Amino acid sequence: MIATKAMSKDELHQLILNQLRGLAPEADLDDLRPHDDIRETLEIDSFDFLNFLIALNKEVGVEIPEKDYGKVNTLENLTAYLMARM
Amino acid sequence: MEWEPIRKSLQALKVQPNLIDYEQTYREFSWDSVARELDGLPGGRGINIAHEAVDRHAHGARRDHLALRWLGKDGAVQDFTYADLAEQSNRFANVLRKLGIGKGDRVFVLAGRIPALYITVLGALKNVSVLCPLFSAFGPEPIEQRLKIGDGRILVTTERLFKQRKIAEMWERLPSLEFVLLTDAAAHVNEDILSLPVLMAEASPAFTIPPTDPEDMALLHFTSGTTGRPKGAIHVHKAVYVHYMTAKYALDLHPDDIFWCTADPGWVTGTSYGISAPLCHGVTMIVDEAEFDAERWYRILEEQKVTVWYTAPTAIRRLMRMEMEPLKQYDLSRLRFIASVGEPLNPEAVAWGMKMLKLPIHDNWWQTETGGIMISNFAAMDVRPGSMGKPMPGIEAAIVEKLEGGRVRVVTEPYVEGHLALKPGWPSMFRGYLHDEERYAKCFADGWYISGDLAELDEDGYFWFIGRADDIIKTAGHMVGPFEVESALLEHPAVAEAGVIGVPDPMIGEVVKAFVSLKPAYKPSEELRLELLGWGRTKLGSAVAPKMIEFQDNLPKTRSGKIMRRLLKARELGLPEGDVSTLEKSAEEEEKVAH
Repeated sequence: MIATKAMSKDELHQLILNQLRGLAPEADLDDLRPHDDIRETLEIDSFDFLNFLIALNKEVGVEIPEKDYGKVNTLENLTAYLMARM
Repeated sequence: MEWEPIRKSLQALKVQPNLIDYEQTYREFSWDSVARELDGLPGGRGINIAHEAVDRHAHGARRDHLALRWLGKDGAVQDFTYADLAEQSNRFANVLRKLGIGKGDRVFVLAGRIPALYITVLGALKNVSVLCPLFSAFGPEPIEQRLKIGDGRILVTTERLFKQRKIAEMWERLPSLEFVLLTDAAAHVNEDILSLPVLMAEASPAFTIPPTDPEDMALLHFTSGTTGRPKGAIHVHKAVYVHYMTAKYALDLHPDDIFWCTADPGWVTGTSYGISAPLCHGVTMIVDEAEFDAERWYRILEEQKVTVWYTAPTAIRRLMRMEMEPLKQYDLSRLRFIASVGEPLNPEAVAWGMKMLKLPIHDNWWQTETGGIMISNFAAMDVRPGSMGKPMPGIEAAIVEKLEGGRVRVVTEPYVEGHLALKPGWPSMFRGYLHDEERYAKCFADGWYISGDLAELDEDGYFWFIGRADDIIKTAGHMVGPFEVESALLEHPAVAEAGVIGVPDPMIGEVVKAFVSLKPAYKPSEELRLELLGWGRTKLGSAVAPKMIEFQDNLPKTRSGKIMRRLLKARELGLPEGDVSTLEKSAEEEEKVAH
């Protein structure tokens, strides 16, 4: 179990964007709005999305079980999901 | 580890299977008996897939039976009865006719799993035009290449994909492309870019399918090769014999089934089994617009009361990641049969199915070129976990060894690795690669179709997959040609050489990885790595682009300058390098040899 890290919402947001940049470097992340579906907007397939969530788990120490993947599909709800568990 | 066979007992099955005795059915099978179960066009005017799939039900007792239930990603639901599908596809056939698109003309569709996609496929078949699907996660390069090779005359797509895939920019390089129909445009954009809804509303709901020869081209499915351009595998209307027969025996479809094939129609599974086969049987099929989501998928199985489910190893392995017992949380009591295709299903996944879903998962094997399931596990036949099963009735399969002079030897001894080969002549066999007679001819040797897969047989006639005989990468169930990926990377100003391989991955089979050497003015950096990653995604799309990029000076090459992918792969996996006699030596080594 990885210890969760204390992090502000802004820091978390930045961390998420950094991870996304590694998956879809060509995308302009400024275009990704809080309620946009991340996978669809950035054209990230389910394999990349899985690795993205695994990488986030390593960074912030919050495990996102497969059954919750549908609940973390936008920046807004992903951030809220993680904040609630950190 | 040895996996125990899963024994089948007829008494334990909820529904009597269509195939009860494999050996007997195989022995007594004839294609004529399949012909008798199909309709043929009225008045002996031939056979057309769309008539068998839609019209014959729409004109009969299943007219008001639910044919297609579409589940939108936002929760919307759209239902189509067989009568609805008949009317909509008639309208689309009339749209094509009005635009001057006729028999043999290629109709391309680039869209996600939206209702218009299904109407386009069926309407194009009715018009005896040739339907060619493009996977919606393709980037501009694969799209342009396929439209060009396929002489696409018309493209059906969405406003978003039209813009994002830069169709307008490539159009001037596509002389045969005359029209683009946008599925979500409220009005025509100009005289070439038209609104599909407007055209559909204007079109007549009545259409008579013209005479269709069983050998008329129906579908064009592109697949990747190891070298150069993708290959457009041609399928004809008679392929419907195989769609129907395999859905009956391998998927065990019965008239009251609710069938869910999770494959995208951008790939052959999604057309043969996501459109044609289930409709030919008059069942209800489920289409989900959304991408994989474990929780959502279980919910669909439960709420839609799915009885037969055809999915892929990648999805099953994702479900296995969920730390839960599905039968405790979902009512999956209607589900009675599960099949899987796309890549070999590992025995662990079969065992998981037995434990968690209380059902065996039936692996089967086929390819774009075969048009339908060729080797399969069956409801009433014991499953040997990890095996693809036995040949379908009507299909002769063998393991062959290639000999000198183009001859082959059929390997009869068990557990001897060889080429998985099929005896040509089944109705859904590809009739050619479009404009590429030479590569088509190369697929055959000594009276056999050589699949390109390596396999072995056990002593009881079960086939076991070993691997690919070439460099083609199998990722998330679809083929990626390394050359396509290398070519795109080489267009980047920093790239001197590129070698692309598939790296084994427990989730999606193989991951596309590129080794790249840089031109002298460039240095490896994280920034450049990301740039190349993004470059690949922009050009090729996420379905084809490399997910891993590694910088490496002096990629191993043959003396003729060809990148040795096999060696890159051996080094990546820490395997023996094998025969390196053709490997190019560095200048220093050459000098040592010379002195």
